[in-house]
Amino acid sequence: MADAAQSNAVPSAAGSAAEPNWREDVYQALKELDIRQVHYVPDAGHAHVIERCLADPEIEAGMLANEFEGIGACCGAWLGGQRAAMLMQSSGIGNTINALGLVTSGRFPFFTVITMRGEWGEFNPWQLHGGQSAEKILEASGVVTMRANYAHEVAEMVLAGARLAFASYCPVAVLIGQRVIGAKVFK
Amino acid sequence: MAENLLSRRPSIQRLLQGRTDKLLVVAGLGSAIWDVESAGENPLNYYLLGAMGSVVPTALGLALAQPERRVLALTGDAELMMGLYTLPTVAVRRPRNLVVACIDNERFGETGSQPAHTAQGVDLAGMARASGFPLVREVYNEDGIDALRTALYTAEGPLFAVIKVSGEMPPVVMPIRDGATGKARFREALLGERGLKE
Repeated sequence: MADAAQSNAVPSAAGSAAEPNWREDVYQALKELDIRQVHYVPDAGHAHVIERCLADPEIEAGMLANEFEGIGACCGAWLGGQRAAMLMQSSGIGNTINALGLVTSGRFPFFTVITMRGEWGEFNPWQLHGGQSAEKILEASGVVTMRANYAHEVAEMVLAGARLAFASYCPVAVLIGQRVIGAKVFK
Repeated sequence: MAENLLSRRPSIQRLLQGRTDKLLVVAGLGSAIWDVESAGENPLNYYLLGAMGSVVPTALGLALAQPERRVLALTGDAELMMGLYTLPTVAVRRPRNLVVACIDNERFGETGSQPAHTAQGVDLAGMARASGFPLVREVYNEDGIDALRTALYTAEGPLFAVIKVSGEMPPVVMPIRDGATGKARFREALLGERGLKE
């Protein structure tokens, strides 16, 4: 464990040649799923996907001020016949709670990829609140929650999670563990 | 001043007069829905009876998905206040086919007509301007409603309009309340069979 924590504390998150490039995997999965709108609150863990989506003429990608509005934006996209996804960080989960009533009352498909903080080697104690309550809040709000703890799990989990959301008309969150992302190091 | 204000119900009926199937409407939370429904049932209306603050973002996602249609987000001042950060989000995304119209009665009508922020001078049109909406209107009379009706179908938006109305509370005109039924009807009307089977 100590060794793993140590290796994650180093910015190995960018990935060595031997590691799966999970960041690109997320983007490729969104493409394969025909996601046409991506709404995001920026996060370092999502930076690569956000850049790729912004550069993709087939994806209408744009920023949100608050995760709350991402729920409506994704449901509105579905009303209009498009698949959408939200990219966010665990600290924003609390912002979505009341808006998730639109998803559950309307039986909308909703798909989000959430990068986790407040767990694996976290430095900032204020991130614990969102990170440690994440799965409980999502579960209580009716969101099916899946978690990738290793980089090689990310691609299939994003694909399977989104397929579940859009085929079964339910909210699904794929959590990417902080162990995958690597803890931020402040020196 | 109060006696010169518009009445909400006839104003919204006037706004939706001669509506074509080019127009998609997202409305909430309560009174705005009764007003839209009073203008005639239409499957191309989607109503939010909860998730307060979600009307404009829902209309944003819809407008981005349907650039060839026109989208009206019809909300009230308190519903808009709950998700006010969506004004800059919309302005930045620039959906040209989106009109956000806020019925401003300056009170929380559904909960006992307590005075709302706009009764204390909060300026929603000013907030839309400062957010970067290219078109902003304040509507105080029927001419303004008529001009807004034209803009619904033609404006190079996003356009934000605040419709100043009196505090009267017209009778409830209850629509289909189930969000899933509303969604299915909307998608069928807009997308045909695919809307139900996808």
